[in-house]
Amino acid sequence: MEMAATAPDSPLERAAARASNHRVTDLRARGEPFTWLLGGCLSLGVVMIIGFLLLVLWNGFLTFVPQKIAVVTSKDGKVIAGEAFRAERFRPAPDVLAALTPDERSAVAKGDGMIGRTLYRVANFDLYGEDFKWVIDPDVKSVEYPADMVIVERLEWGPFIGRVEAITLDGKAVEGNDLKAPAVVKAHEEARERWARMREIERDEIGALNHDLEVARLDVRRAELKYGADSPQQRAALTELDRVTKDMQSQFARLTAEVQALRSTSDKYSVTFADIGDREKVVPLANIVRAYRPNALTFGEQVGVYFSRWGEFLTAEPREANTEGGVMPAIFGTLAMTLLMVIVVAPFGVITALYLREYAKQGRLVSFVRISVNNLAGVPSIVYGVFGLGFFAYVVGGTIDSLFFPERLPNPTFGTGGLMWAAFTLALLTVPVVIVATEEALAAVPRSMREGSLACGASKWQTIRNIVLPRAMPGVMTGIILAMARGAGEVAPLMLVGVVKLAPGLPIDGIFPYVHLERSFMHLGFHIFDVGFQSRNSEAGKPMVFVTTVLLITLVAVMNAAAIVIRSRLKRRFAGSQF
Amino acid sequence: MSPATVTTARTGNGISPQLQFGETVTHIKRGQQGIVLDIKNLNLWYGAAQALHDVSLSVEQGMVTSLIGPSGCGKSTLLRCINRMNDLVDNLKITGAISLHGEDIYAKAADVIALRKRMGMVFQKPNPFPMSIFENVVYPLRIDGVRDKTVLQETCERALQGAALWNEVKDRLDQNALGMSGGQQQRLCIARAIAADPEVLLMDEPCSALDPIATAKVEELIHQLSGTYTIVIVTHNMQQAARVSDNTAFMYLGRLIEYGDTEVMFQSPLAERTQDYITGRFG
Repeated sequence: MEMAATAPDSPLERAAARASNHRVTDLRARGEPFTWLLGGCLSLGVVMIIGFLLLVLWNGFLTFVPQKIAVVTSKDGKVIAGEAFRAERFRPAPDVLAALTPDERSAVAKGDGMIGRTLYRVANFDLYGEDFKWVIDPDVKSVEYPADMVIVERLEWGPFIGRVEAITLDGKAVEGNDLKAPAVVKAHEEARERWARMREIERDEIGALNHDLEVARLDVRRAELKYGADSPQQRAALTELDRVTKDMQSQFARLTAEVQALRSTSDKYSVTFADIGDREKVVPLANIVRAYRPNALTFGEQVGVYFSRWGEFLTAEPREANTEGGVMPAIFGTLAMTLLMVIVVAPFGVITALYLREYAKQGRLVSFVRISVNNLAGVPSIVYGVFGLGFFAYVVGGTIDSLFFPERLPNPTFGTGGLMWAAFTLALLTVPVVIVATEEALAAVPRSMREGSLACGASKWQTIRNIVLPRAMPGVMTGIILAMARGAGEVAPLMLVGVVKLAPGLPIDGIFPYVHLERSFMHLGFHIFDVGFQSRNSEAGKPMVFVTTVLLITLVAVMNAAAIVIRSRLKRRFAGSQF
Repeated sequence: MSPATVTTARTGNGISPQLQFGETVTHIKRGQQGIVLDIKNLNLWYGAAQALHDVSLSVEQGMVTSLIGPSGCGKSTLLRCINRMNDLVDNLKITGAISLHGEDIYAKAADVIALRKRMGMVFQKPNPFPMSIFENVVYPLRIDGVRDKTVLQETCERALQGAALWNEVKDRLDQNALGMSGGQQQRLCIARAIAADPEVLLMDEPCSALDPIATAKVEELIHQLSGTYTIVIVTHNMQQAARVSDNTAFMYLGRLIEYGDTEVMFQSPLAERTQDYITGRFG
């Protein structure tokens, strides 16, 4: 109004007047606080993610670093040896305080009333009946790290911590008690080979024999079901069963003899260890996975132990209720299940989305279907597990069993949880993600492209196949990546449809049809749950939880990265597009 | 309902102010080969809104017919009726008839795909497919299942030469078509449209997204193609219509106002509205 009142004449003057007439743009109008709010939210999220990753990676990668063995002497003369596992401060109970000397008590009272304590992993579960011991700080008289302390990772009873008393090779005692002596190292390698051979015989070869026998027995049963008992076919099958049985008995005897021979050889090789209290324990050489003196390792040897433990973790089977050994079957199970899931979910989701977006008449019904699909993503995953078990395993699998494997009943073949049903269940769980992503990708294909193709005389299907689908592929891949990430990390439904605690055999072997999709399998996600919360000693399993988490995250990241690489290749084709 | 169609001699030299709105003045140049497309009393509704009112016009074979008119007058809609591209639109209602060589294309038994194979279409924005230049050109053959390499290569060369693009791209036929310039992309689309030897070439403002040089090239191309192909072109640019076409149809508010010889249309139109439009009084 003021401006109008003064009414400058020339446009320049008017502009100058406008500039001097302060129009206030306050902080809120500039949006500054909102920018801070948005940035703050983002940083909070990033910090949480980085913090989580650091925690997992730090713990995961430190797990296999060889720890020093401390020999702790208490004031009352007790001696324990073990790895310091963790330390904390706690508020002592009255009886703990009562046991302290008056000086110590007043020292505690002067402070915050807390006492420090350290948890030592003393191992030797077979001797002590426990893996861990707490030591409160005022009790400690001295802590030493003697160079001759040995930690032994063995096949049974968990690790052993002590000293080497005697080494027996081929029935004869060896001088020096040196585990690194060439003769001992060589004998150890041979003993491990014998052990591997025994395992191969016991599991694979005898397993194959049992399988042949089972096949013959099932043939008899099938003939009986098909032609009736005492039919010529059944009698023929029975004769065959007799022949197989006899054949098997002779082979079985041969294999058993070989195992016996190996075992008696193995018995001649052993190491006698003594714990810190001088209780002796004889460990067969074949049962020792790894033995070393952590207090006397050079840096190079430490690195060697570190990577050897990682190698074992990645390639071996689990032992000791999964808290030791490797997770190879779980890695394989997770990979196989996720890939199988992608193979199922990708076509299923894409075809559904194609129909919904391209063919279905857009109306209330389609909107309703679309909303329902989106809502499916919100159903608790355990519900899918129940559905998978009830529908896939019991109904579909049960039907398959009664149609194709009647001779095996009542033992289920497909009628129970397995790799295939788990993949189907997860496919169902993740299909909404693929459908939504695909629908959006299809909708984003420019109309001009469809018209261009239709105008060339292409049918609708040709247009979809040649133009629309390739163009929508990056978006579809995004959906598949999201589905994969979700599926690989899902555990709850799997517990119902096929994941087990221990399934050392892979679903692939030399027996026809080579890939056994009906078998139970191990899964890294379930392994984490099992090791962390279901094992005999969750304290011992804790490091494994972190390592397995690192592994699962890595696996998902690798699979996603692969999918992203494929997607960016697809996208590059549309670079320079004007649309 | 059918409006009076006033057919005036070609030499008509004055405006007929007595014309009613909705009446069509027709004074087209006739070709030697007869009529290709015959549109009769075409009405079209998008939902409740009527976009075309009783449009009747016939397209002479081997000639370039341009459709002009202000935005929203229905010229693109009319063009898209010819190859039934409007079928994709929901809530569309059409009455009247369009016949291609005497066959009714809106007959119940008409095969839309076969129909579109007899017509090529070039769109306002160049819309090459995200494939190689070669695959773009031979796309109409691919969808017909042609696998013979020699046939495909010959067609590709012929179409690209027809579209005056061969010399520019002959060394990079396997490169992605999306890497070409806008003008080249549009000529590629023309090559694609003529690859399958259509009877009619429909062009929907083919130069509106191009710079003047590319526009000149496309116009030159239209010149070369006329005679070989029957071309129907929608354009916003009146100079373009004057330069390239034999006959021009002026549409206004969904009605065909005047349809006639381009020279007459731009020198002495018979309808007052045409006069107003081409002299820039509105539109």
